Amino acid sequence: MRGVARARIAVIAGAVALLELLTRAGVIDRLTMIPPSAMAAHLRIMLLQGELDAPMAETFTNISIAFVLSVLIGIAGGLVIHARRRIRRLVDPLLASYYAVPFFVFYPLLITIFGLNRWPLIFIGFGFGAAAMVIATLNGLDRVPHVLRKVARVHGLGRAEEVWRVTLPAAAPHLAAGLKLALAYAFIGVIAGEFILSGTGLGHAIAYAYDSFDNPTMYALMLLVVMLAIGLNVAIHLFEEHLVRRRWRT
Amino acid sequence: MSGPAARAPAEGRRLTDVALLALGLVAAWQALYATVGDVAITPPLATLINAGGLLGSPIFWRHAEATADAFAVSLVIAAVGGVAAGVGLGFHRFSGLVAEPILTALYTLPKVTLYPVVLMLFGLGIEAKIAFGVMHGIIPVILITLNAVRNIDPVHLKTARALNLTAFETATRVLAPAVTPEIFTGLRIGFSLTLLGVIIGEMFASQRGLGFLLMNGINTHDVRTMMAVILLIVVFAVAAGTLLLAADRRLHRGARELR
Repeated sequence: MRGVARARIAVIAGAVALLELLTRAGVIDRLTMIPPSAMAAHLRIMLLQGELDAPMAETFTNISIAFVLSVLIGIAGGLVIHARRRIRRLVDPLLASYYAVPFFVFYPLLITIFGLNRWPLIFIGFGFGAAAMVIATLNGLDRVPHVLRKVARVHGLGRAEEVWRVTLPAAAPHLAAGLKLALAYAFIGVIAGEFILSGTGLGHAIAYAYDSFDNPTMYALMLLVVMLAIGLNVAIHLFEEHLVRRRWRT
Repeated sequence: MSGPAARAPAEGRRLTDVALLALGLVAAWQALYATVGDVAITPPLATLINAGGLLGSPIFWRHAEATADAFAVSLVIAAVGGVAAGVGLGFHRFSGLVAEPILTALYTLPKVTLYPVVLMLFGLGIEAKIAFGVMHGIIPVILITLNAVRNIDPVHLKTARALNLTAFETATRVLAPAVTPEIFTGLRIGFSLTLLGVIIGEMFASQRGLGFLLMNGINTHDVRTMMAVILLIVVFAVAAGTLLLAADRRLHRGARELR
């Protein structure tokens, strides 16, 4: 396992080094891309000067709200859809083609509904995340062993108690997978929404830098987004390992 | 559930359900229109009529063709490249373990934010759209294929060895049938995401295609065209998704019965 982690770092370091070499040697010209070291240096300055504090706070707030909403409503939706076979059969094809619909096109509509504030963006992040959570919840519920239901019935648990004490814990690994996706999609939805349509947040900062031909800022911000995406995945991975360890113990 | 006699009423009820769902969606849409008004959306019937009008105009078909061309190329690249990479990484355990989290992280990236780089590399044209489609679609295909190959039951391979099958026979008779259902699921998801990628690419990096038509509608506050294009894209996406899901289910059921 150590070897794998080392090889992984080597691959990433190699890719960065190659990019550095190509940009420094002029194979990729400076107008197209700046060297990764220059991106990092510029990002450091921007972070130290605090000019990213406000957009980052804005983006993180939006992502957090979108994530929490998609998890709560996604799990609730999954439970309801799972309980009703007829609804399930209708909704499955919709869920299957859900991610082909470019959600951003509803932004003008969302502004008319919510007003010009953070809620249209949160809604986009939520819309992205919730479907993944519903799908994961359904997957998890499908795989709850039948015998557990029987046990719940034998013990005379009520509907709510059965869900809370038996069904959800049994589906936990799939729910964890759903959490992972919901977080990733909330992240994508909010930042992409900011980038495309809104006037605030990290996504907008990238679009603004691009429109004003400010390559160093644009690449510094892209680096930040890439690092955030990696950080997010590492955090989720650690959380998952923690869960697995706990499961083994009990 | 079994036999044609039991199937007919179930099929009938199914149609009623679909009709009810469609009716519900249309009613919700109409209600939304009643609250927000003409600024943001058009009502269902008007949108349908506009969409019909679009379908009759040659300009629309030029854009649709541009999208279809880019989509077809991206889909082939994402499918062939994704399956090839997934099979390679699946068989080579070490590379698979190294690559999987990197790919997952790339998948988590809001790829739209990278569009300036894609534009600078490929320019304003079909190449940028194709690159965008591939960027969105290829990673899930790789990841799902990788997992399908990695999770092949070792008993299958042992049996193949015990039966003295050649490498080619093992590949075509044992491995391919074992991984096909999962890979199809990957391709199904890749289909949706590639389409999304191409359309998003067109919204920013193109002067042609349905995505461009859509963005143009948004920018010029041409709500009628915007809504009609959205409706057509959604109908296409849902129809294709439903068909692929049905095929997917059949493949998985077939695989279960063999087991």
